[in-house]
Amino acid sequence: MGKVHLEIDGNKLEAEVGSMIIEVADKVGIDIPRFCYHKKLSVAANCRMCMVDVSNIPKAVPACATPVAEGMIIQTKTPKAIDAQKSVMEFLLINHPLDCPVCDQGGECELQDLSVGYGEDISRFTEGKRVVEDKNLGPLIATDMTRCIHCTRCVRFGQEVVGIREMGATGRGEHVEIGTYIEGAIESEVSANIIDLCPVGALTAKPSLFKARAWELRQSASIAAHDCLGSNVYVHHRGREIIRVVPRENESINEVWLSDRDRFSYQALTDSERLLKPRIKQNGEWQDTEWETALNAVVSEMKRIIGASNGEDFGVLVGNNITTEESYLAQKFIRGVGCNNIDFRVRRRDFSGDGRGSVRSGFNFPMEKIDHMDATLLIAADLRHEQPLTSLRVRKSTGFGKVMAINPFDGEYNFRLTQELQPEAKMLAQEFAAVLVAADAINPDVLSAEAKEWLNGIEANDTHQQIAKNLVDNEASCILMGVYVQEHPQAEIINWLAESLASVTQSDWGYMTLGCNAAGNKIAGAVPMQSAAGGKSEPGKNAKQMLTSGLKSYFLINCEPDVESVWSKQALQNLQNAECVIALTPFADGRVPEYADIMLPIAGCYETSGTYINVEGKWQSFAASVSAPGDARPGWKVLRVLANLFELSGFDYESSKQVIDELHEKFEAVGDIRVARKVPPPLMQVSEQEASRECLGLYMVDPMVRRAKALQQTPKASTHPISISRVKTI
Amino acid sequence: MTDFNYDQTRHLKKLIPAEEITAIDNWIKKYPPERKRPPIIAALKVVQDHNGNYLTEEMMQAVAEYLDVPHVAVYEVATFYSMFHLDKVGRHVISVCNNISCSLRGADKVIEHLQNRLNIKVGETTEDGLYTIKTVECMAACGGAPMLEVDKVYHENLTEEKIDQILSDIAAVELTQNSSSKQHENDADSSNEFSGEAQD
Repeated sequence: MGKVHLEIDGNKLEAEVGSMIIEVADKVGIDIPRFCYHKKLSVAANCRMCMVDVSNIPKAVPACATPVAEGMIIQTKTPKAIDAQKSVMEFLLINHPLDCPVCDQGGECELQDLSVGYGEDISRFTEGKRVVEDKNLGPLIATDMTRCIHCTRCVRFGQEVVGIREMGATGRGEHVEIGTYIEGAIESEVSANIIDLCPVGALTAKPSLFKARAWELRQSASIAAHDCLGSNVYVHHRGREIIRVVPRENESINEVWLSDRDRFSYQALTDSERLLKPRIKQNGEWQDTEWETALNAVVSEMKRIIGASNGEDFGVLVGNNITTEESYLAQKFIRGVGCNNIDFRVRRRDFSGDGRGSVRSGFNFPMEKIDHMDATLLIAADLRHEQPLTSLRVRKSTGFGKVMAINPFDGEYNFRLTQELQPEAKMLAQEFAAVLVAADAINPDVLSAEAKEWLNGIEANDTHQQIAKNLVDNEASCILMGVYVQEHPQAEIINWLAESLASVTQSDWGYMTLGCNAAGNKIAGAVPMQSAAGGKSEPGKNAKQMLTSGLKSYFLINCEPDVESVWSKQALQNLQNAECVIALTPFADGRVPEYADIMLPIAGCYETSGTYINVEGKWQSFAASVSAPGDARPGWKVLRVLANLFELSGFDYESSKQVIDELHEKFEAVGDIRVARKVPPPLMQVSEQEASRECLGLYMVDPMVRRAKALQQTPKASTHPISISRVKTI
Repeated sequence: MTDFNYDQTRHLKKLIPAEEITAIDNWIKKYPPERKRPPIIAALKVVQDHNGNYLTEEMMQAVAEYLDVPHVAVYEVATFYSMFHLDKVGRHVISVCNNISCSLRGADKVIEHLQNRLNIKVGETTEDGLYTIKTVECMAACGGAPMLEVDKVYHENLTEEKIDQILSDIAAVELTQNSSSKQHENDADSSNEFSGEAQD
């Protein structure tokens, strides 16, 4: 790409050939008004607001659709430009209602802002204004289509970014309407981004409709907690009430987007039944009590049961969106009192890889690279439902690259696959191994003799060979494994196959994890086989053993194994039969009150400070956005006080920062340990029933999402995978 | 859902006969294969003509699947062009241009006269199902403004007399068609002694 030299408002600039005037101006902070232009969308040039004055061109031209040229002199504030902008503004306001006082967008509206600068006080238009019927787009997006100025950002978002075009511009001229035409909720799992894109109040967030004005809100930065990306968000709150959550731009993680799940899960904190005081069950009745009484009860029960069983009959299960600080303290505390039964992997079935000493979870490459992959192989990855924003990245790569999939289910994709294999769940490892066989045939110098021996007898067909060839031939290639792989009874074998295939084909590889903090939980040592940062530990019971064997006592930290676990039925029975279940939870509803004996109220997401470690190993710390309601306290404080009551040393933390610093120091000392997998034991047959996919739905993944009211009303809430009418991928 | 066996053509094939499908396929061949949206207009025209001059949602969806485009892309086209009708219309759709040239030359009067003569408003259909009046955007006959189009024929430089003539011409055609078809019925029903009476 060559460079050209140009001048905007007297600033001499250099820009890449092919870039548009508005891009160059944005880079140096010269403000050009606009409605339809958006840096992540194609150029539509239909609002005409960004008119600028370019030398040697008699009329003002749109800055968003005019490519830069050598020697161009651009003026954004000359009378010619301003006149053009004012005229456009007059037209835009002809049909726009003057309902700013009752519009949710008021105060943060691009049209309102620009009309202050470019609008006239009095309209010359005396004819009747047009009125457009509002569309019902489902429980997440409120519409007021009379306000729409037809910028088509929402239409282009669906078409270009999501790949599922549900919105369109129907009608003609005066009668153009933006909508779905056939009434119905938008199905996409990233639909609410059109709320941010809409420059006016035509599309606003339904759950926060009329709850607050923009200028009453305070904004604090935080991290979303429902998938392994750790999307960056701003929490908008008034007092201690969270009004809404919006994306915070981070090009390397969520770009400018946010999944609906991350955006609307906050409703669980504001609209569900919260636990406000510690509770103890006495004769089957819940009694509210003070912290001191409750904590003493916990201590005496723990001493009794741990003392009697030498720690064997006590088990700690932590949820998948608790902070790293909480899981670090939980394991430090529980190991301190002589028990090693701690785990977060309530959905794992294959524990044969435990004890290998590997610390870090997830990817060995930055997520951003997915955008530029020439070949991507998905293994049991239902990206749209697991990590919706990763699906958008993979879709981007399909503009030039190939995407292949080996999925033991009917996947829904928002991109086209070049090859797809749909084996039975029990055959997933075999099918994947056949790709490795094909790759080994192309590049035979990498696999060890032992590995080749393991693969002996597995045959590759044309599709396997094609997949392997694509991975070998393309330099930018990767293998992505979905959440389900880690739940498969042959998870370790599949992981080994991925690692081997990656080395044979020289691809990047990574596996997705459930929840936002699987990596954090593992690094913190909330696993039975190793303590913090891969440190040594006496072996303890894993989640499967704890949940299926029936312990005397369970200690749950924001975890509901009766829903979350793959062993949910046995888990519920064992929790009900246990002598004492201690639950640290932000919520007072669900089944926890049925089986718990002591409930301690802890802060939910956005109410505690902490750190999440995402799937790439990024440590992202955040402060509490609001305080927890009632007597609820941040989980890390509760765990610290419990340790103090046990008189354990090393628990004098005054802030969560001290906790994470201590862990970080340990982690730095050992580094990112990736111990190569050994050749696994021979491939044993598993039954389809053992392997079958019983997945947590999109809006089922953690206690918070399950209580988010609006999300639960969406068409995607109930079933999984969802069978919908064939929404077309473009 | 990536169901590779799903036949995207089957809905449309159920709705229109094979020769119409061939006509659509011929249109598709005129465009590069990766450009899926250009044949939408042609396909909708074929389907609409087959269906008595209007389209249903089911038909638009079938066309979308057949052409492998998003449903809404077809709705956009069908709602944009005035030659597509989304509701049942009369046998003769009178499309009056009311864009600038025609308006300056008295399109309003044309519309008013038509409304008075047929006793319906713009957008309505006469009770006998014969006539629909609608206003359309420019049909590129500004030189002959004001103009209207009915039964694929342009009528320009309209006056009230001309409009009356157009209407009576259509009525005459209807009458001959009607009587010939009724004659036909008569022949078939000649055994019925009341048939002659019923015709009066």
